[in-house]
Amino acid sequence: MNGLPLLSLTTFLPLAGALVVTALRMAGGARLADGASKPIALIVSLACLVVSLIALQQFDPSQSGFQLVEKVAWYDGVSYHLGVDGMAILLVVLTTALTPLCILWSFKSVEERVSDYMIAFLVLETLMIGVFCALDLMLFYVFFEGGLIPMFLIIGVWGGKNRLYAAFKFFLYTLLGSLLLLAAMIYMYVTVGTTDVQTLQDYPFDPGVQTWLWLAFLASFAVKLPMWPVHTWLPDAHVEAPTAGSVILAGVLLKMGGYGFLRFSLPMFPDASILFQPLMFILSVTAIIYASLVAFRQTDIKKLIAYSSVAHMGFVTLGIFAFNEAGIQGAIFQMISHGVISGALFFCVGVIYDRMHTREIAFYGGLVHRMPVYAALFMLFSMANVGLPGTSGFVGELMTMVGGFQASSWAAAGAAVGVILSAVYMLTLYRRTVFGEMTNEKLFDIRDVTFTEFFILGLLAVFALGLGVSPSVVFDITEGSTRDILQMIGK
Amino acid sequence: MGWQDLAALLIVFAPGVAAVTAGLGQRFLGDRGAMAITTALVVSAALAAGTLFFKHTFGAHEGAAHGHTIVLARWIDIGTFIANWAIRVDTLSVVMMFVVTSVSALVHIYSIGYMEEDPHRARFFSYLSLFTFAMLMLVTSDNFVQLFFGWEGVGLASYLLIGFWYKKASANSAAIKAFVVNRVGDVGFALGIMALVFLIQVPQASIAADGTVAATYLQQAGIETFSSVQFETVFAVIQNNLLVQPIGALQAVPVQSASFEFLGQYVYGLEIVGILLFIGAMGKSAQFLLHTWLPDAMEGPTPVSALIHAATMVTAGVFLVCRCSTIYEFTTVAAMIITLVGAVTCFFAATVGLAQNDIKRVIAYSTCSQLGYMFFAAGLGAYQAAMFHLFTHAFFKALLFLSAGAVIHGLHHEQDMRRMGGLWKKMPLTYVMMLLGTLALTGVGLPGVEQAHVGFAGFFSKDAIIEVAYASHDALGPLAFWLSIGAAFLTSFYSWRLMFMTFHGQTRADHHAYDDAHDAPWVMALPLILLAVGAVLAGGVFYDAFVDHHQADFWGSAIFTAPDNHVLHDRHDVPFWVLLAPAGAWISGLLFATYFYILRPALPRRMAANGGPLHSFLSNKWYFDELYSFVFVRGAALLGDLFWKVGDRKIIDGLGPDGATRLAQAGAGGLSRLHTGYLFHYALVILLSAVAFGAAVLFGQARG
Repeated sequence: MNGLPLLSLTTFLPLAGALVVTALRMAGGARLADGASKPIALIVSLACLVVSLIALQQFDPSQSGFQLVEKVAWYDGVSYHLGVDGMAILLVVLTTALTPLCILWSFKSVEERVSDYMIAFLVLETLMIGVFCALDLMLFYVFFEGGLIPMFLIIGVWGGKNRLYAAFKFFLYTLLGSLLLLAAMIYMYVTVGTTDVQTLQDYPFDPGVQTWLWLAFLASFAVKLPMWPVHTWLPDAHVEAPTAGSVILAGVLLKMGGYGFLRFSLPMFPDASILFQPLMFILSVTAIIYASLVAFRQTDIKKLIAYSSVAHMGFVTLGIFAFNEAGIQGAIFQMISHGVISGALFFCVGVIYDRMHTREIAFYGGLVHRMPVYAALFMLFSMANVGLPGTSGFVGELMTMVGGFQASSWAAAGAAVGVILSAVYMLTLYRRTVFGEMTNEKLFDIRDVTFTEFFILGLLAVFALGLGVSPSVVFDITEGSTRDILQMIGK
Repeated sequence: MGWQDLAALLIVFAPGVAAVTAGLGQRFLGDRGAMAITTALVVSAALAAGTLFFKHTFGAHEGAAHGHTIVLARWIDIGTFIANWAIRVDTLSVVMMFVVTSVSALVHIYSIGYMEEDPHRARFFSYLSLFTFAMLMLVTSDNFVQLFFGWEGVGLASYLLIGFWYKKASANSAAIKAFVVNRVGDVGFALGIMALVFLIQVPQASIAADGTVAATYLQQAGIETFSSVQFETVFAVIQNNLLVQPIGALQAVPVQSASFEFLGQYVYGLEIVGILLFIGAMGKSAQFLLHTWLPDAMEGPTPVSALIHAATMVTAGVFLVCRCSTIYEFTTVAAMIITLVGAVTCFFAATVGLAQNDIKRVIAYSTCSQLGYMFFAAGLGAYQAAMFHLFTHAFFKALLFLSAGAVIHGLHHEQDMRRMGGLWKKMPLTYVMMLLGTLALTGVGLPGVEQAHVGFAGFFSKDAIIEVAYASHDALGPLAFWLSIGAAFLTSFYSWRLMFMTFHGQTRADHHAYDDAHDAPWVMALPLILLAVGAVLAGGVFYDAFVDHHQADFWGSAIFTAPDNHVLHDRHDVPFWVLLAPAGAWISGLLFATYFYILRPALPRRMAANGGPLHSFLSNKWYFDELYSFVFVRGAALLGDLFWKVGDRKIIDGLGPDGATRLAQAGAGGLSRLHTGYLFHYALVILLSAVAFGAAVLFGQARG
């Protein structure tokens, strides 16, 4: 197995699947392609999962540095360079694990232009995996920005009523970030003569220059994460996106921001990162408290969970900029944990949205009377989102706060307020939708989860609990990358 | 692995297995199957815990007194932050395991009768067992993080059980309130753990120089400092006053005098850790300022109130303070805060208890008040006395709650004492049981001849605490003493008021309800009788072991007392009138209650009807709910709306994307095309980016 380019295989397998579906579509027409695209997409994404698991199994956590490296020179300092460390391989597996679930989910919930949808999803998967594997800044940029196109399509074609406004907002924010990132990249290439990530990580940029480059990278990553105050695109995008789109958006795309900080900002611009630590703490804590309070007042289930995501991403930036082992380990864990939990929560919303076609909290109430299994699963994920010990949410929040406390007790205390508020908005949401009397007649014959829904949510429940009880599975793998990052920042 | 370890494993995991089996398998098991399995497993855990406890108390103390830990699995392991899944067996955990499993087993049995007509019995029993499991994980933890797991786990079970009747809006509100108020405390607890990690950074040199800390930590070669959240290590570091170097500190200093900056203030490390942990205890144990959730928690089924909101979960805060005796022995401010909050709570809650008409709320405030006793005892350094009162209180308070449940059950869910009265003829067994509970709560016994051991359970434990308050040299000792005497009087008054209003006099129930009223079936009566045995005997039998001659042997290393802390011994030297004072308090309370509720029953009704500021102040619980609702609930809503509608929509969006759109439209009217052609534009941007990059590459090449 060692000879196989595992990372390239993982990255481009979905693209190959997309090409097959496209070819079918061209040769056999839309009807044939629509029917065949479902099993093809599922099989391809499962195969991709298997390959990524093999890559994970080949990965040796005891080694530091990048592994499974593939490098082909392209052009004068720019190369096709792939490789992963512990953090990246886990994010790849998170992507390859969530995608088949999303495709399976879409079997019944997507009815129009099915083959186009599957093509978009498979292309998206390739680009997401590429982001985490790329070790060349140019290559990263292509994957990072390219991933937005299929996401736009998924929102814009299969989304809700206001999808154009949402996509437009997303576009404006991202545009700003992209241009600044590009400018910084060009500057770095001109200065150093290469876009190779490892070379750039070792290059001693002048502290004054670092500041500007750091800010340019921030513009891009802050939008993606999203951080306060550039978060307002996220609730709109989530509300309009179809269920699977929301799951991928919250589960994987948001993680690219956190990944970017850890892969580029900290190692390449250590002085600037330390300089801006207070700013990042203020923004993180503001995000946690502000977004939690806003979430509390939402009337739309998806908006509420979207704001909750903003708050939970605040813990990620808090941990990253603590510059210590607990904080960074916690931040990586929080990214993976949030991928599972927020993905599951958006699936939970999807269950009732598919049945009733509304996300208004006030429409629901008393669901437990008709949907006991759903109520139990939704309770579990709500508690995981609240960060109850025993679920993965707890470990991420606790460790980022432990790390944050060591850098600033103010930051940890501020984040802790968010821990109280998360209980307020989640339990209120749960009470309004699931508990109480069922008074809305339209709900009287709502069905409990189907077997597919149960399978998907049950699987995610196993991960939310499993990672909560045995988080060392993750920590053991990410320990090496955390140490590397800390070493590069000189801590 | 000896039999004790096997027993401990059985005790902790049998309820866990029960919860999962009943929870997931209720469709196959049915209600009866789920009830049978959970009850059988929890009863077997109780039998094992009973064996462990009695062997420990009356046999040789060696086994558990020294304490040992069974490590089950790795949990969180980052650098030097290591928290395992583990079971710690020592006196504190053995006592708690016995209390938790025995009350839980009896509540399981009782619930078979009490919940007979409920359609969701399987779910109910699954929650009860889940609670028991979480509580056992809490008390058997060997580190702060697993304790926190149990801590929030019992909070979850409490939330689920308070809101068990999820159709009721009031039950749902009470459940959320309980969870959220507890979370306020929990956040204090979590910050306490963080502060502890921050503080306990022990340089290798410090250990090598001392040698008292287990040498295993030395073997972790390559680590310059070690930190720990394990009780054994943390307490050893503090007791031996090892050098620590809080993160960012320039040099190592002895831990007892180490300080660091917390929220802009320079504070002693142990003090701040102690205070933060105690905030957690205040939430869970419903102490003054964080008490508002407990009375509302009475919305849950009554067996839940007995198990969770009287005997076990609410005592977790007291347990935490006793478990951390090492920390509090070396703090001044933190210990004084505990004393103050405990003393104020014991008095405050008793005053509110005077003016409540819901039978369960009276007992809830009583619980709050008794927990206050335990806290100030611990704050004054008498952890053993606090644990003793926790132990006896569990039995008589569970008895009172379950008896109240029998009354409610017998009266078809009537809880208002104004619609009771004269029930002793209808339910003689319940009456006797409640009477025994009342005698135990009010502390009836023969003072001054303690060696004769004549008295109900509460007499021994409460009077020991009151003596401690008098004997203490602490500045707050006198305050605690007088408040506790006052509270003892009020306790007696509201307890007898409850007895008289419920069982004596002319009945005020409507005559259908009164005629139908009946005693509890045997499945409910049996637990009452067993608890009554505890309420009568638990004080006298265990007095020696918990707080008197054998206490040092009994507690072993589980409770640490500093060499200059003699308060448990000094209490024997108090003047005789101090021994008589609690008796005076309960007798006068009884007399007043007799006057008001037997001789002149019209008087209190007139007083309540006429109102008066004092009565409304008390019956409205000092207006805490109104205050909190105004400040926090409305405050959060207001801020949330402000941030959302003004912050996000007007400012961020207004200046950001929406503003940009407007600007472009005003300028060229062109950006509207962007709305529809956004994808094209995006592709264009990417293309332009690529071109720009290509140009840069060429430029770089030309230069190089």
